[in-house]
Amino acid sequence: MKKNKIDVQEISSVLIQEINGEGPKAKKKKRNFWNVIQIPLLAILSGLIIGAFLIAVTSETVYAAFAVGFWNGIVEALQEIGSAYLALFYGAIGSPVQIITALQSGDPAAIRSAFNPFLESLVQSTPYIFAGLACALGFRAGLFNIGVEGQLFIGGVFATYVGYTITTLPSYLHMPLAFLAGALGGALWGVIPGILKATTGGNEVINCIMMNYIAYLLVDWLLTGPMTRPGSGGMPLSPIIQKTAEIPQFFKSPIRFHLGFFFALFFAFVVWWVLFKTTWGLNLRTVGANPRAAKYAGLNIARTTIIGMAMSGALAGMAGANEVLAVNHSLATSLSSGYGFTSIALALLGNSHPVGVVLSSLLFGSLQNGATKMMVVSDIPIDIVTILQALILIFVAAPAIIRSVYRLRQSSVDTNEIALTSWGGDK
Amino acid sequence: MAASTNTLTHVKVNEISFNRRITLGVIELLVAVLIYFAFISTTAAGTLTKFVMTPGGITVGKMADWIIPSRITLWITLAICLIIGLFQLIKGFGKATNGMVGLVFLTLIFSFITWQASGKSLNLAGMLSSSVAVAVPITLGAFSGILCERAGVINIAIEGMMLMGAMVGSLVASVTGSIWLGLLFGILAAALLALLHAVLSIKYKINQIISGTVINIFSTGMTSFISQKFLQVYQNLNNPPMFTRIEIPGLAQIPFLGPILFNTNAFVYAMFILVFVLQFALFSTRWGLRHRSVGEHPAAADTLGINVIRTRYIAVLLSGVVAGLAGTFLTLGSVGRFDEGMTAGKGFIGLAAMIFGNYTPFGAMGAGMLFGFAGSLGSKLSLLGSAIPSEFMAMAPYLITMIVLAGFVGKGHVPAADGVPYTKE
Repeated sequence: MKKNKIDVQEISSVLIQEINGEGPKAKKKKRNFWNVIQIPLLAILSGLIIGAFLIAVTSETVYAAFAVGFWNGIVEALQEIGSAYLALFYGAIGSPVQIITALQSGDPAAIRSAFNPFLESLVQSTPYIFAGLACALGFRAGLFNIGVEGQLFIGGVFATYVGYTITTLPSYLHMPLAFLAGALGGALWGVIPGILKATTGGNEVINCIMMNYIAYLLVDWLLTGPMTRPGSGGMPLSPIIQKTAEIPQFFKSPIRFHLGFFFALFFAFVVWWVLFKTTWGLNLRTVGANPRAAKYAGLNIARTTIIGMAMSGALAGMAGANEVLAVNHSLATSLSSGYGFTSIALALLGNSHPVGVVLSSLLFGSLQNGATKMMVVSDIPIDIVTILQALILIFVAAPAIIRSVYRLRQSSVDTNEIALTSWGGDK
Repeated sequence: MAASTNTLTHVKVNEISFNRRITLGVIELLVAVLIYFAFISTTAAGTLTKFVMTPGGITVGKMADWIIPSRITLWITLAICLIIGLFQLIKGFGKATNGMVGLVFLTLIFSFITWQASGKSLNLAGMLSSSVAVAVPITLGAFSGILCERAGVINIAIEGMMLMGAMVGSLVASVTGSIWLGLLFGILAAALLALLHAVLSIKYKINQIISGTVINIFSTGMTSFISQKFLQVYQNLNNPPMFTRIEIPGLAQIPFLGPILFNTNAFVYAMFILVFVLQFALFSTRWGLRHRSVGEHPAAADTLGINVIRTRYIAVLLSGVVAGLAGTFLTLGSVGRFDEGMTAGKGFIGLAAMIFGNYTPFGAMGAGMLFGFAGSLGSKLSLLGSAIPSEFMAMAPYLITMIVLAGFVGKGHVPAADGVPYTKE
């Protein structure tokens, strides 16, 4: 029996190598760092360039300047773009001048406020990391988890419920319990499409989309019915969670930087370890890369599908739990600002690798945070970030566009294709 | 739903297996039991249900209110279900099986609203009329999906295309003052997004679901951006003229049906025309045969000299046109201005209606109507003070789709090459 298991492991690792086109020799060859990073970097650059164009063409002052003269218009447009992106940068990272003066003055309060934009970017990145990991894990297992949004909401519901109903636990038990309840909620919501796919062949994409809307409606009902805050007057709000359930914030308000960020990093490590350092992760990747080969290697595809969706859902649920326990301290219908769909972009940009997901989440979190500042300074709606995300996603998903624009050669290390069957799913 | 009698590949013979016959019979009998315990036992004897048979604000084609004794009506519906169920169990209906299941389902819905409205008054005609209005974007969205997926390209970007069509339609109609220009540009904007989807998924062969997701994200961002930057600042940019009700002479006089079907919005007529056009084009013309063959077996189609790539481009573009029509309905036919995120998942319910309708135009319209009915029933019931939350009624389309997809109601036919990019060998 044990012998048999080892065989499976060997076969899988050979298969993975075959599928990725790397023989035993290719292992020794060091990966060219530039090859891995060039497409994402150029995609981000191209997105920012098109975004700049959009800023210029939707600005009334630019049109006014063009009415005066062509060069006036060009200068005004460049100024407009420059000030907008500078505000974005200051909003996301902080103003270098302010940081230096604060450091020189040595006043802790001044230092904290100078670094707040950066810390706030980390706060914004945290749910992205969880959600991006959820999607990346799904991709690795050959599953398209488009239901992160719904799983996140149900995770939020579970965490909130545990957060406000239990009143007698000490903080070091209550907070982890509420957080894990969130993971459980997400896992439950995620495992349903997984079971349906494994048993009936129903495509997980459609089922996930349906589950998203069921989750929205369920949360609507819960927040105006059984879970409503007493005295909220019909507003869809949950009661505020107990102090003991809160994920602690490190500094005084308004700085919201909290422990959840490190939870996210920890789980990124866990996902990396499971995917790349355990037999089980190898099996999962084999099923994802080529289900037919995995079947011949004797792997249980149905079980991998179900567990894969459950784990993916659990990570999504953690994103919801994190937002409730660390930031909002109660549940509202505004819990997610589209994390579910952004998570697909994050996983793709990060090439479904935990390190990549963390980096792309930091980027998107910073953009989101910086855009708030940009909106105040330059009167550019925050939705420009959504447009930027879509543009970056297009270029990452279709590297051929980037290659032809920047005249790059086809690289040997390409983004891995996502195995996806048709709607029927049972082929 | 309409049976797909002339799909390209295997035509399912209407043989009902023994197990299926027994299962359906038991389900139908359970419906009868449900009617007794849930409805009859909770209705007091002598209560009356009043159905208003004319939608509000209508002067042509009026019909007198329909007042029925609740309990007796429920007993009759129970008897219908009981007889159908027993006959199904003992003998079976053969070819008429699906029709009978549908009949039992309709009876159940009728007894449900009779029970809910017992002792009260419910505007049945108004509810059906608003069901049709709710069904329009869903059905058009489903048509958009059918056009695309029958040719083998998955389209989950219907939502985004609708949103863009709605915004551009409202903007152009407000600026030019011409409702037709608004309609045209709304459709063009959605078709442009469809072109992007086509290029990404056909030329660059990127995963079609990713491509669709990109378009949805882009469309959400772009419409909200323009809405906040311009539409909310200059109110007159978001104040389009609207399509008004068109009364069809003669037909609008028919009591009950007239006001619902023949005295309504131009988009509703467009939907009814389109269902016939699509059904005919897809299943009775050479164009349709080619279109479907590309979705079933592109390699074979290519061997026969059909240009697979071009056919797919045209399919995706047409899909965008119909999605744009659905979007402009929201702003120019229904609401009269653009609001951020106003599609609110209608594109995705359209996708569900497409699956539930088994990728056929009539099936999709039937599903769209059913989902529309569920939606308007939910809002009507909450007005009546029903114990059942409207959210649960609104969940029905999604749940039904999942059940259909799981194959509990019989497996539908999915185009075999749906979602598979074509590479010429």
